[in-house]
Amino acid sequence: MAKTDSNGNIINIKTGLAEMLKGGVIMDVVTAEQAKVAEDAGAVSVMALERVPSDIRKAGGVARMSPPELIEEIMKAVSIPVMAKCRIGHFAEAQILESIGVDYIDESEVLTPADEEFHINKHDFKVPFVCGAKNLGEALRRIGEGAALMRTKGEPGTGNIVEAVRHMRKINAEIRKVVNMDEAELMTEAKELGAPYELLKIVRAEGKLPVPNFAAGGIATPADAALCMQLGAETVFVGSGIFKSDNPEKFAKAIVKATAHYNDPAIVLEASKELEGVAMRGTEISELEEPMKMANRGW
Amino acid sequence: MTPNNNFTIGVLALQGCVYPHRPHIEAMGDAFKAVKTEQDLKQVDGLILPGGESTTMLKLINAFKLKDVLVEYFKDHPVWGICAGTILMAKTVTNPEQDSFGLINMDVERNSYGRQLESTHYKIEGYPVSFIRAPRISCNTPDIHVHARRDDDPVWIEYDHYMATTFHPEMTLQFPSPMHTAFHNLIADKN
Repeated sequence: MAKTDSNGNIINIKTGLAEMLKGGVIMDVVTAEQAKVAEDAGAVSVMALERVPSDIRKAGGVARMSPPELIEEIMKAVSIPVMAKCRIGHFAEAQILESIGVDYIDESEVLTPADEEFHINKHDFKVPFVCGAKNLGEALRRIGEGAALMRTKGEPGTGNIVEAVRHMRKINAEIRKVVNMDEAELMTEAKELGAPYELLKIVRAEGKLPVPNFAAGGIATPADAALCMQLGAETVFVGSGIFKSDNPEKFAKAIVKATAHYNDPAIVLEASKELEGVAMRGTEISELEEPMKMANRGW
Repeated sequence: MTPNNNFTIGVLALQGCVYPHRPHIEAMGDAFKAVKTEQDLKQVDGLILPGGESTTMLKLINAFKLKDVLVEYFKDHPVWGICAGTILMAKTVTNPEQDSFGLINMDVERNSYGRQLESTHYKIEGYPVSFIRAPRISCNTPDIHVHARRDDDPVWIEYDHYMATTFHPEMTLQFPSPMHTAFHNLIADKN
């Protein structure tokens, strides 16, 4: 039967779109022209932004939702689904994005949080939400609030895959642990993870998150995409990695190819040879000042 | 082909909603196979073109040089297109115009009911299904058999050894869906 959430909304309409995006690449774009490049390269969706994460880092200050005109222009330019970001806890920005008619809202740590205690009650919205997580407890809290899709946080705008790998492995390991638990142990585990008990029961029964799980944060090459997919991501988000590379068109196409055949090293190799340019310059995580570690935003 | 009137049903797995088909296919005693290459295609008795992004699938079909291989396969094997797959099977595609295989004499308009906010649940023959950023079919010939409509729009059609649905039955957890059963029967007729 159709799954419904606590307010009776049919979840599979919300997660359903995420199912359609599986095995694909979602690309950050800041103009309608970039959105066209992404679509022509085979992106399954674009994330409409005012600045990609690496430029948000450089610019400093407060990063907010993108201007509505920019998002609308991108929606007009392409036929694939368009996502947009709002600040953590900023439900008024989310209401604007829903009114614009975007296909998915990312309540994102890439922007400056608007609320340091509470995330948005995503059950209040008809538009589906994606949220980031570093571990199982955080993922299940977001799903409990109504997120229909999860992604790793990674460390956005760094071109460094290490944090996304850490988050993916952490969630996988915690799921394996829960699957092997005696049912009597689950309530204490829920307490320790800070995760809703009912959702933890679903994870134990199904061996996976109750919604699709994508990778994001630091993906810069076809090999990075293949790595995330082999670690269990069902789709990849690429932020700065495409339009901050030497050759966005080639990088976009190559990452799409590598994601489709992530398990076939010969094809990932072929894609890696088609880049005709250098990947974005990366950042070592230890070089980041503590307030600029975006993955630590969200609670 | 597997014995006892059971078949191997493939799902084109370049991108999209592939694995939710597995329990439906296995509930009929058939075998599921994700199809990514020409080699995979040789092992399946019928092929599902799944939901997903039709633009992405077209790029990948071209990038991996699968177009001619698929055209050849489509000639004498049952094919079921779902949502994006229906778009690939159309004679002409609008909103915007794009390439397609022209298997069924129909026009298909992409995202015809609107964006995600217009995505909705529906019941077809009593079975819950979902329309997700769904396309709309206009049949160009009376030879196309219409199994079901949503208001006036044909949403489940059959023509020769081809079937198309603009909605998704595969995410509903009652196995198998009537549409999967119909596709199995289409394969049985062909064999």
